[in-house]
Amino acid sequence: MSAPRPRPIGLLTATLALLRKDLLIEWRTRARLNAIIFFALATLLMFSFALGPDTKLLEKNAGGYFWLAILFASVLALGESFRVESENACMDGIRLAPADARAIFLSKALGNTLLLTALGALLVPVMVALYGVSIVTSVADLGLILLLGCLALSAPGTVYAAISSNARARDVLLPLLLFPLVIPALLSAAKATTLVLQGDPMNQFGSWAGLLGGFNLIYWSVGFLLFPRIIED
Amino acid sequence: MGKFIKWGLLALSLAVLATGWWLGLAWAPPDREMGDVQRIMYVHVPLQWAAMVAMFVNFVAAVSYMFKASWKLDATAEASAEVGLVLGTAGMITGAIWGRPTWGVYWSWDPRLTSQAIMLVAYTGYLVLRRFVEDPEKRATWSSVVAIIGAINLPIVWFSVRWWRSLHQVQSTPKTVDPEMTLALRVSAFGMLFITVWFLVARYRQALAERQAEVALPDAVPSDLAAASGANSSRVA
Repeated sequence: MSAPRPRPIGLLTATLALLRKDLLIEWRTRARLNAIIFFALATLLMFSFALGPDTKLLEKNAGGYFWLAILFASVLALGESFRVESENACMDGIRLAPADARAIFLSKALGNTLLLTALGALLVPVMVALYGVSIVTSVADLGLILLLGCLALSAPGTVYAAISSNARARDVLLPLLLFPLVIPALLSAAKATTLVLQGDPMNQFGSWAGLLGGFNLIYWSVGFLLFPRIIED
Repeated sequence: MGKFIKWGLLALSLAVLATGWWLGLAWAPPDREMGDVQRIMYVHVPLQWAAMVAMFVNFVAAVSYMFKASWKLDATAEASAEVGLVLGTAGMITGAIWGRPTWGVYWSWDPRLTSQAIMLVAYTGYLVLRRFVEDPEKRATWSSVVAIIGAINLPIVWFSVRWWRSLHQVQSTPKTVDPEMTLALRVSAFGMLFITVWFLVARYRQALAERQAEVALPDAVPSDLAAASGANSSRVA
């Protein structure tokens, strides 16, 4: 009689275990979060230096600058999220576990979303102070857009980070693949943020949030389905 | 490459294209408002259609590769992305040439133009990825994933003129242009389609030959496989 085969681990259990592992690494080093916070802060400052101290212009475009800072920081965060796995061949170890490979996608994408949302939450007060904007409609709306926008950057970003982390010239490749893809998400997140900051007389907030939701639905499903093919050997 | 395809299809497509463009330049009437400037449509619209066809071939090849790993599908994907990118870029340049006298600007941030620019950058990224991955099997799988994700753009480009009514007019099709222009447009489009097929076949054969030369190298195949079945085989057929 052969030994009983180990019971496969459920998708949710595996996802949570991997997410916990990633967050623990993040918490113990705090290297990634610190790096992207200072990078994003520097980006926000750079916009005002590049454009000159025109407060009206900065205030008008604050939503766009805010999301560009998050986008640039996300490239660093996404690239780094797979670098920890390529050291000591950790990815091979994870793949050996009798668990669904899609759990790796879910945990990485959720981890990136959490990191970017935390970054965004820290950037909001800085943006308010630097660009002289105020939150006109509601903080809940801003939080919703922040979450949806970070989800939208993380799903395709995780797929592309997994690819580019194994390719040559990965630092060039990730933004080259990711930027054109996330333009619809970036556009709707920036528009919706501007509406939160400057008032929404035409009631357009819902449609931009809906567009972001649709983007998320497409890319989370496509990433979930295709990810196992990327990491198979 | 077969003699018929190499010379016959090329001669046929050049003849059809020349006929279509002659019809467009000399036979079809000038546009009521734009005059002779509008005649660039017989070049611009077929280019964009052919680009869409090539991008769609790329998508189909990428999806098929997910189900059946084959070098032929990979070569088809590579060929169609390159041909589509060249045609789409030419289409965008001819659009800009037309835009300057008609709209007064070479470029406008209209949804159609913007979405096509995004599409071209996305396919450039796809081709760059192909150059940066050495392992042919990984390259084929990863680029298929990127192609599938990128193809979500295609319907956005196609329908953008209907979803957001702005500067760019709706598609010029036999249904939307004057009946007297239909023949010239149809013939030009078929000529462009034939020449696209010719380009695709030529590039496909080249890509396939490159791939076969690549996997014939001993270090491209897993060592155990190379030892078991000779250096000329690989896991994908």
